[in-house]
Amino acid sequence: MEKAHGTGYGIYVAVWAGLLVLTAATVAVSYLDLGLMNVVVALLIASAKASLVALFFMHLKFENRLVWTFALVPIFFLVLIIGGTLSDTLFR
Amino acid sequence: MTEAGRSLGYLEEKGFLSWALTLDHKRIGVLYLLTTLLFFLVGGVFGLLIRIKLMVPGQQIFSDHVYNVLFTLHGSVMIFLFIIPAIPSGLGNFFIPLLIGAKDVAFPRINLASYWIFVAGIGVIVASLVRPMDTGWTFYTPYSAKTAANVTLLSFGIFLVGMSSILTGLNFLVTIHKLRAPGMTWHRLPLFIWGMYSTSVIQVVATPVVGITFLLLAMERLFGIGFFDPSKGGDPLLFQHFFWFYSHPVVYVMILPAMGIISEVVPVFSRKPIFGYKAIAYSSLAIAFIGFFVWGHHMFVSGMSKTANIIFSFLTFFVAVPTAVKVFNWIATMYKGSITFESPMLYALTFIFLFTFGGLTGMFLGALATNVHLHDTYFIVAHFHYTMMGGTVVGFLAGLHYWFPKMTGRMLSEKLARAGWLLTFIGFNVTFLTQFFLGFRGMPRRWAEYPPQFQGLNIVSTVGSWILALGILIMFVNFVRGLYAGKPAPANPWKGLTLEWQAASPPSTENFEAIPVITDWPYGYAKRKPESNE
Amino acid sequence: MSDHPSHAHMDAAQAYEAAKLGIWTFLATEVLLFGGLFTAYIVFRLKFPQMFHEDHFHLNRILGAVNTIVLICSSLTVALGIAAIRKGKQHLLKVYLSLTILLAAVFLGIKYVEWTEKFAHGLFPDTDVFFSLYFVMTGLHGLHVLAGMLVLGGVLVLAGRGKFSEHYSTPVEISGLYWHFVDLVWIYLFPLFYLIG
Repeated sequence: MEKAHGTGYGIYVAVWAGLLVLTAATVAVSYLDLGLMNVVVALLIASAKASLVALFFMHLKFENRLVWTFALVPIFFLVLIIGGTLSDTLFR
Repeated sequence: MTEAGRSLGYLEEKGFLSWALTLDHKRIGVLYLLTTLLFFLVGGVFGLLIRIKLMVPGQQIFSDHVYNVLFTLHGSVMIFLFIIPAIPSGLGNFFIPLLIGAKDVAFPRINLASYWIFVAGIGVIVASLVRPMDTGWTFYTPYSAKTAANVTLLSFGIFLVGMSSILTGLNFLVTIHKLRAPGMTWHRLPLFIWGMYSTSVIQVVATPVVGITFLLLAMERLFGIGFFDPSKGGDPLLFQHFFWFYSHPVVYVMILPAMGIISEVVPVFSRKPIFGYKAIAYSSLAIAFIGFFVWGHHMFVSGMSKTANIIFSFLTFFVAVPTAVKVFNWIATMYKGSITFESPMLYALTFIFLFTFGGLTGMFLGALATNVHLHDTYFIVAHFHYTMMGGTVVGFLAGLHYWFPKMTGRMLSEKLARAGWLLTFIGFNVTFLTQFFLGFRGMPRRWAEYPPQFQGLNIVSTVGSWILALGILIMFVNFVRGLYAGKPAPANPWKGLTLEWQAASPPSTENFEAIPVITDWPYGYAKRKPESNE
Repeated sequence: MSDHPSHAHMDAAQAYEAAKLGIWTFLATEVLLFGGLFTAYIVFRLKFPQMFHEDHFHLNRILGAVNTIVLICSSLTVALGIAAIRKGKQHLLKVYLSLTILLAAVFLGIKYVEWTEKFAHGLFPDTDVFFSLYFVMTGLHGLHVLAGMLVLGGVLVLAGRGKFSEHYSTPVEISGLYWHFVDLVWIYLFPLFYLIG
C-alpha cells in the first residue's frame, strides 16, 4: 500500500511551478505570428505540460509496465481514429 | 458432490432483493442471461414479422413506415440488447471467476451497477418507442438527425447500454490481471479467458467512441449543432467514421467470446488436448487488434476517398488470418480424437461450419470491386447473419448447453436438445442461404418492396424462418423443463478439466471451498483423468 | 484483514492494485470519449481554417489562461492532499480536498461567465462548426469537472468520518487520478481553442 518512495510535497510544488511557467510561455507565444509554428509550439508545450501531470501528479513515473500499457494504449487508438478519418477527409 | 439433499449453492437465498442487490457474479450473470434471452425472443419476433412482410411484395400487411421501424428495432434490439451483452455479461460474469479460481470479479459493486445501468438503458430505449426509430440500426445522418422518431431518447438509452458494456469490460480486465489463482500463469488460462480478455479490451477502447457518437447525434437534434449536417458545413461521413470505429470492433466483441466457448467445448468432447493453445490464445488478441483497423470497409460506397477505400480494403483481409488459425486448430484438435456428439458439441461443430461460411463471404465484401455490387443487398444481410447468428448465437447456445448443468445443477434433455438443434440448423440455412442468392441477384436490403422476380426465394426464406423459430422454441422448452424437471447434474458431467468443474453444480456462493493452486494447463486430456465427481 | 467487505475476496495490496488498474482503464475510456471530439476538431479545422482563425478571437485568452492556472492549482492541491494522507495527516487532507473543490467551482464559475458572454454576443452552439465544437467540448469537459467535484466531495465526507489513514487512502488516490485527467484534457483544450489562430 505504501509506495516505496515517500512522496514529499516538494516535487509537486516544483511540477506546479513548471506548469505555470509553461502556461505563461504558451500564452506569450500565442501573441506572436509564427504561422504554422504557432500550432506546433502550442501542441508541444501542451504535451510537455501533459507529461508533467501524467508522470508526476499521476505518478506514472513510478508505476509498473502494466499501468504504463493501460496509459499508452488508448493514445495509440486515438491516433488511429484520427488517422483513419483523415485518410478519408483529406483525400476526397 | 456427495451431499444427500441437493444443495442449491448460490441459488439458495431467496427473495427479490437478494437478486436485485446481489454482489455475487453468478447471480449477476444469471440476471444478464435472463434479460438478454428475453430480448433475443423480442428481436426474433421482429425478425419473423419482417419475413412475413417480405413473403409477398405489394401486400400492405403493414405500412412501409412500420416496416422501417421493424427492421430498425430488430437490428437494434438484437445487437445492443442481446448479442453484445449475452456472452460477456451473461456467461462471462458467471464463469470468468470460476475459470481463473477466484471468488468473484475485481469490482462486485461496479458489476451490479453495470446491470442496473443496462436495465436503465433498456427503459430509456423502450420509452423512445413512443415515436419509434425508422433509421435502420446504423442511425446514419442526416436522416437520423431529422426524422420525427425519438432519436434523442434512444441515443441516451444506447449511451447507457454502452456504459454498462464498458464497466463490464473494465471489470473483466482487472479481474483477469489481478485475481488469477496461484499458479494460474497466462499460459495456463482457459482459452475462454483469452477470448474474454481480448473482448474486454475492445469494449473499453471502442465503446466510448459510439458513446460520443450518440451524444453528438442527440445534440445535433437538441441544439442544432452541425457536425454531421452538410448544410452547416458538417460531414455525414464523420458520423459513419465514428459509428463504425466502434461498430466494426464490436463484431469481435460478439464473436471472440463465442470462439472462446468453442475452444473449451471441442477438446472436452474430443477427449484431446487443444491443438495450438498459444496460437489460439494470441489469435484472440490479434483479431481484437486488427479489428480496429478495418472500419472503413462499411463505407466503401459512401463517398469516402479512394485512398481510404484502398487502405481499408487491404487491411480488411488480414483479419481473416487469425480467424483461420482458430478454425484450423479446432479441426486439428478433433483429428484422431474420441469425438462424442452431445448437444454442446453439436452446436460447436455447427459454429465452425456456419461461421467459416460467413467469414468466407466476407472476402467478397472486403474486395472493393465486388463490394460495389453487394453493398446494401441481401448478400450483406446473409453475411452478417451467418457470422452473428451462425457464429455468435450458435456459440452462445453451445455455451448454454455446456454450462447449463453447472449453472442450474440440472441436466438438459439431450433428445429435446437435438430436436431443437436440428430444426435450428435446418431453419437457419433455409432462411439465410437463400439470402446470399437474393443479394447477388440484386435484391436491396431495407426495402419494403421488391421486384417480382425475387419472390420465390423470399418465400423460401420466410418458411425457413418458421422452421428456425420452431427450433428455438423447442430449445427454450428444453431450458424451462430442465430448470424444473432436469436430472440432477453431477459436478463434472462432461469430465472437463477447467476449474469450474471442480466447483459444485450449482456452485456455492464462494465458488471454491479453498482457492485451488494450479500446476498445469486445463487441456491435458490424454495425459490425466479428471477427478471423478458425483 | 480488509476494511471493506466488498473486497473480502482480495487482500489489501491486491485491492489497491486492482483499484489503480481500474481507474486507469476508466481513464482510457475517457481518452476515447474525448478522442472522438478531438478527431472532429481536427477534421473541421482542416476544412475551415478561416472560420477557426476568425472565430477564436471571440474567446477570451486571459480568462482561458486563468482557468488553466486554476485547474493546475487544483491538481497541485489534490496531489498535496494525497501526499498528506500518506503521512497520516487527516486534517491536511480535508483542507486540500476542500481547496480542490473550491478551485473547481471557480473554474466552473469562469466558464459560466465565458458562456453567458458568448450568448450575449449571439454566439451559440449552432452558430457555426467552431462554436459547436467549442461549446460541446468545453461543455463535456465542464460536466466532467462537475462530476469530479461531486466525487471529491464524497471523498471529503468520508475523510471527515476518519475513513482514511497512512494505511488506506485508495479512494483519495483514484479520485485524484481522475481529477488530474480532467486537468489534462483542459491542457489541450485551452491552446486548441484559445491560442491557435
